[in-house]
Amino acid sequence: MTDFLQLFFSGMATGSIYALAALGFTLLWQASGTINFAQGEFVMLPAFAMVGLIAAGAPLPLAFVLTVVLAIGVLGWAFKRGVVDPLFRHGMMPIVVATIGLSIALSNGVRAGYSAEAHPFAGMFPDRIFNIAGVTITLADCGTLAFALLLVLATQSFLARTVTGRAMQAVAQNTESATVLGINVPRMIFYTFAINAALACAAALLVTPVYLAKFDMGVSLGTKAFFAAVIGGFNNSRGALLGGVIVGVGENLAAAYVSPQYKDAVALALFMVVILFKPQGLLGRKEERKV
Amino acid sequence: MSAPVLEVRDLRKAYGAIQAVGGVSFQVMPGEIFGVIGPNGSGKTTMFNSVLGQIEPDAGEIRLNGADITGLSPLELNRRGVGRTFQTLQVFGKMSVRDNLIVAAQEHKGSMFSRMFAPGDSGLGPKADELIDLFRIRHVADKPAGSLSYGQQKLVDIAMAFMSEPALVLLDEPCAGVNPSLVGGISTLLKELNARRGGSFVVIEHNMDFVMDLCHRIMVMVEGTVMAIGTPAEIRANKAVLDAYLGN
Amino acid sequence: MNKRNVVLAFLALAALLVAPHFLKSYGLYLLTYWLVFILATMGLNLTVGYAGQKSLGHAAFFGIGAYTVAIMMKAGLSFWLGLPAAALLCFLVGLALGFPALRVQTIYLAFATLGFNTAAWLVMRNEEWLTGGTFGINNIARPSLFGMSLDGSLAYYHFTLGMTIIFAALLWGLLRSPWGKAFTALRDNPIRAESLGVDIRGYTLLSFAIGAAYAGIAGALFASLVQFIDPAPFTVGSSIMMYLMVVVGGPGYFLGPVLGAAVGVVLPEWLRFAQAWYLFVFGTAVVLLMIWLPDGLLSIPDRLRARREAREASAARSAAAARHGGNA
Repeated sequence: MTDFLQLFFSGMATGSIYALAALGFTLLWQASGTINFAQGEFVMLPAFAMVGLIAAGAPLPLAFVLTVVLAIGVLGWAFKRGVVDPLFRHGMMPIVVATIGLSIALSNGVRAGYSAEAHPFAGMFPDRIFNIAGVTITLADCGTLAFALLLVLATQSFLARTVTGRAMQAVAQNTESATVLGINVPRMIFYTFAINAALACAAALLVTPVYLAKFDMGVSLGTKAFFAAVIGGFNNSRGALLGGVIVGVGENLAAAYVSPQYKDAVALALFMVVILFKPQGLLGRKEERKV
Repeated sequence: MSAPVLEVRDLRKAYGAIQAVGGVSFQVMPGEIFGVIGPNGSGKTTMFNSVLGQIEPDAGEIRLNGADITGLSPLELNRRGVGRTFQTLQVFGKMSVRDNLIVAAQEHKGSMFSRMFAPGDSGLGPKADELIDLFRIRHVADKPAGSLSYGQQKLVDIAMAFMSEPALVLLDEPCAGVNPSLVGGISTLLKELNARRGGSFVVIEHNMDFVMDLCHRIMVMVEGTVMAIGTPAEIRANKAVLDAYLGN
Repeated sequence: MNKRNVVLAFLALAALLVAPHFLKSYGLYLLTYWLVFILATMGLNLTVGYAGQKSLGHAAFFGIGAYTVAIMMKAGLSFWLGLPAAALLCFLVGLALGFPALRVQTIYLAFATLGFNTAAWLVMRNEEWLTGGTFGINNIARPSLFGMSLDGSLAYYHFTLGMTIIFAALLWGLLRSPWGKAFTALRDNPIRAESLGVDIRGYTLLSFAIGAAYAGIAGALFASLVQFIDPAPFTVGSSIMMYLMVVVGGPGYFLGPVLGAAVGVVLPEWLRFAQAWYLFVFGTAVVLLMIWLPDGLLSIPDRLRARREAREASAARSAAAARHGGNA
């Protein structure tokens, strides 16, 4: 039982990181119909930015803030203007293909232009271990879980409580009526891209101490985030959290109790069941098939 | 009097508490052009989609040449000789106009297996040419359908419905979005097709002049029920219809 | 086919027959490699380009084909038994994978096929008793044909070339038949197609199954070409790459895969020393291509023609307007 709890808890910590990346994914989808296949690379780039800034002597908090600013410019604004805006009118698949191309370009650009090696990255949580009723948990897991949950909940209450957040949701639900209501739609969509970029930086901050900064770290992270988003329902932002935790916990338990080799199959199996029987995801709304 | 081609008996369909179609019955005779009019929300489209197998009616019976076709899929219906057009343009944009017409009838020839070895035009070239001439689209016959003007695409769309010589064709607003100067042409075309090959047509349309000019009989629907069925002259003279619909 | 195309086809064939004499063994290997991927992506072009089904699981079929032949040959069976077995197995699995496509479309279908690929890859990696796991299967023999050994790289090249031409011709025939139009109709507008009597269920399943069979045949040829297979070439990443090859070449253009396979696998293999830079350029090119040329490289002639026609039409209009104005 203690094993189980331990696995469950560390799975939740990992899952909450997936949830961060997945949340950005669902936000982009809702606001602009963008499926971002480069989401994993959107985490990899900030990881390298932080590695570089720290190597240049910046303390971690400063490196993080600078990276967020940089990411909002590049992964938010430039991505939207350069890739999504020109392709928006062509529908979903051209954006999918373009972001696949982007993910290949970004990971190989880092590999060729910076380094093909894995770079260590000190996390913000010191190495400490707690023992609560026989269950061993690390401070890193606790901190990661708390920080990620805080961010997810903050994003959600921003969307639900503030005027800007509500305007963003209005845009996500119905662009036309949002325009009629006098909402500045392009700006709201840009905010979504900015939030996605910031969340990706946070995910990078939490995941890099474990995964190390490497050009291909985005591949598995992107896939997991993507599975999580679909399982939870990628037209629902709460779904991202649920999906992320399900994937994180499911993987951990499967690795321990079923077979470590088929660890990835758990998320996959869930994902397939969801895709085939409830394609809108566990918490998603059903979308009508258009004639 | 001969047996009806299409017979709809007491068709009903509700969406939640809203009765979209509440007990509609009518018959369409061989060779007849049958118009359906009514204000928006009168249940025309729901009735149409039920007959065409797009949605399943709650109750009622639909018969084609005496055989029950209620709830059959659009595919089955087409195989049994029901052709249709859609309210919005539905051509295959990247195929040439001629290929659009050929694909509209090729599945009626032979089996799936034999079609694998059939010639590209399935022997339907002459028939496609006949319709291309009738619809006066010869000059664009080899262009991708998606590159034509709206009016031309509409003509292709209508022509496709007639390629397989269906016994019954349902046309959903054939004049929607078409330049008013072309509406008369579509009416003439449909009359010519009807006179030349026979077959029965059901036409939903908002354009009153078009319907009055084209149809042999007209059904007026209001709030999911039939208000009147009659010849254009009878409908024009019907006081209730004038008040409810034509009046405004 | 008009005269010019016949001439071009003969020139291309002549070039393919002459080229090996100017190539070293690695060049010849790459050329064969190219042919194998042309065959595989031709199948995907049928599924994606002609029938419009967004499949991100093609490398799984390529792998199933390769492993089928490798395992059967290791069990002492002939390549000539393995090849049809690979094609048939892929056809059947492809048929099964078509069923999700009847329920979900576009991006959801892409997700589902991607999931299938991951599952297939996990089996290839983990079921060591069958596939050798990450150690793979080595010393896969090359077949012989009518008593002629195809062991030499030139002989195997000729064999692959022959197979590619035969299967390309078969596909060409299929696409010229009414089936080709039915697939295109399914892609352009499934609801309209169904209302015209096109059995969209049947054609959806068949587009997957036939595309998969092509990948299976290509996989079989691949196994004997490289003579060692492990799960690495059959990942989701490879499927995505195959999808990009079809998109870059021009989905729905018969020769799209020829170009797509060249830029998608042959160039990066050839430029191995600068592979990362090459892939960086390739990825960037894909983004730019989507923005400027979403129908792929082979759509350039059509684009130019459309532009010329538009120019001529507007010139004719303004000339007519000028005449009109002169008369008035």
